Amino acid sequence: MSIQYNKHTFKDNVEENLNNSFMRGAVVSAQDRLRTGRINAAEELGDWEEWRAHGEEIRQHVLNNLDYYLHELAENVEKAGGHVFFAKTAKDATDYIQEVATKKNAKKIVKSKSMVTEEISLNEALEEAGCTVVETDLGEYILQIDNHDKPSHIVAPALHKNAQQVKDVFVDKLDYNPQKSAEAGELARHVRTTLRNEFLTADIGITGCNFAVAESGSICLVTNEGNAGMVTTIPKTQITVMGMERLVPTFEELEVLVNMLTRSAVGQKLPSYVNVMTGPRKPGETDGPEEFHLVIVDNGRSNILGTDFQSILQCIRCGACVNVCPVYRHIGGHSYNSIYSGPIGAVLTPLLAGYEDYKELPYASSLCGACSEACPVKIPLHELLLKHRERIVEQEGKAPISEAMLMKAFSLGGSSSSIYATGAKIASRVVAPLSKNGKISKGPGPLKAWTEVRDFPAPKKERFRDWFKEHEKGSDK
Amino acid sequence: MKVSLFATCIVDMFQTDVGKATVELLERLGCEVVFPKGQVCCGQPAYNSGYVKDAKEPMKKMIEAFEDAEVIVAPSGSCAFMFREYPTVFKDDPVYFEKAKKVASKTYELTDFIVNVLNVEDVGAKLEGKATYHPSCHMTRLLGVSESPKKLLSNVKGLEMVDLPNSYNCCGFGGTFSVKMGNISEQMVDEKVDSTLQTGADYLIGADGGCLMNIGGRMQRRGENVKVLHIAEVLNHH
Ligand code: SF4
Repeated sequence: MSIQYNKHTFKDNVEENLNNSFMRGAVVSAQDRLRTGRINAAEELGDWEEWRAHGEEIRQHVLNNLDYYLHELAENVEKAGGHVFFAKTAKDATDYIQEVATKKNAKKIVKSKSMVTEEISLNEALEEAGCTVVETDLGEYILQIDNHDKPSHIVAPALHKNAQQVKDVFVDKLDYNPQKSAEAGELARHVRTTLRNEFLTADIGITGCNFAVAESGSICLVTNEGNAGMVTTIPKTQITVMGMERLVPTFEELEVLVNMLTRSAVGQKLPSYVNVMTGPRKPGETDGPEEFHLVIVDNGRSNILGTDFQSILQCIRCGACVNVCPVYRHIGGHSYNSIYSGPIGAVLTPLLAGYEDYKELPYASSLCGACSEACPVKIPLHELLLKHRERIVEQEGKAPISEAMLMKAFSLGGSSSSIYATGAKIASRVVAPLSKNGKISKGPGPLKAWTEVRDFPAPKKERFRDWFKEHEKGSDK
Repeated sequence: MKVSLFATCIVDMFQTDVGKATVELLERLGCEVVFPKGQVCCGQPAYNSGYVKDAKEPMKKMIEAFEDAEVIVAPSGSCAFMFREYPTVFKDDPVYFEKAKKVASKTYELTDFIVNVLNVEDVGAKLEGKATYHPSCHMTRLLGVSESPKKLLSNVKGLEMVDLPNSYNCCGFGGTFSVKMGNISEQMVDEKVDSTLQTGADYLIGADGGCLMNIGGRMQRRGENVKVLHIAEVLNHH
């Protein structure tokens, strides 16, 4: 899978998803649950604002010294016996990984969730090289067996499905007994049995990386299912793929960020598993891979460094912004047409994949600020959306002409109070005949979209400023 | 205290009753209200659509109209917030940056002004019925005003306040968002309307004209009986 899902326009995707009441029901209830969980878990920490400020500081420090820490990380990974590869592009990364697979004569690969591998279309590349790739995270696995359905949330990829739908997929694809229940635990048990054999027979394990620790060259994986532990310990070769910004200086910062990640993501104090691995198996150790590769992916990230958008690289992929977004709530993750959905997606996707296909995403927000408020590392998401709009309008010249004209008129009207006052008067005269009983139910131009679903108030005969003039006279008396 | 009223363009053209109520209320609380003539629109619609350069023209006008004010009050959270943002907008303009800072530092949203500057929590208003309050996004999250309106409403005689479910969710207005992304906005405002109906309230009260126009317009189209009121109208009811 690449960063993009399909060639449909944003509007088409939205239309389809707004009509999908199944999906919307699932998203709304998940959002309500996750949001409450996050707030409770954050409150328990004491001064959440202080934690956020600290989280932000850590991430900013790393980004401002990224060269230094990447160098330190690479050195320590190699010292521990691992291989490091810096991939400038998606293709560099997949070429390298294909090469490792070929060298190892790999047939089967088990994976644990990693967004960056989706971003670079790694599964396709490996399948091309003749390998079978098995996703082992429950959510990812469900999507994979359901004819490669697309993820709709950055933390819970199968969020758009409810338990019954998952059961139907299992009955269809995994010979799940239709008499058995659609209870989550029962479904998970079934998958566990199926996956066990995959782990035991895999040649390579591929994981993502929540954070890499520069001081030790370690990889940290935060999971709830324990499958990442299997992926990193059973196969002889392990490859970890990480976005180049996902690192912390030391274990101290790791602790802070893991705490914030799990609380923000699912409202947990601690995840079930925090795996920290350093290099391949050493003499005398009983488990772990014999060979370890760390692939550090740029794929457009370094172009964001040093720009107005740098703060988006602070992201720790917790999904809190997605869980509070009122737009995501109604259109679901698939509408964003990208593996990165919700507010983080609306900001990041156009940066990584360009405005050509994604110039609508920055407008898929009412700028309500809920995302910025929820973000544990204080990324000003709604301001970045505004920055995108400014860029689209002023640099890219991609705004509709009619709109640009309207805004020019607006600017002109606003440049002089008398023009403004006359303009307002004319505007109210123009729409006055359209109104009936103090409201407009069918308006022209920009009013059309508004009045399709709402009434628009008719402008008042007496403007406030005229009333005020009279009022002032009265109070002078 | 001499209050310079920033009426907002929505109030000026469509919600004159809100403007009147604001003036009468402030006067009742002992303020002298003036209306700086040069005022236009705060520039928000263009600014939020990415037309930053175009937005700066009206913004400059506003800064000039209000720079000498003692205190500036607006019956709208999002418009007051736009004023507070002016220094950020003009950060690279040495002349207007200083002026913008002056304007920003003395701008208040109406209820914030009443509670935190005038130190009044009971304005002596009366209204019979059951009401729920919609906290506008810009006002609560960005401007940081969330308690003042609730305090003032809790002291309105005869008014029973009930919680609005999912009140923190945006109503779907978002300026041009409501037009550009009309179908998404529709779903958002419908959820807001449904939540309001769930409370069984007679009134939905808010402090931001745009949101009220959006929710009220949808209520009306759906033929619902809830009355949508601006907080100034409620506080001026006695
Ligand atoms: S932008 Fe912030 S809230 Fe959203 S996923 Fe990233 S860290 Fe979490």
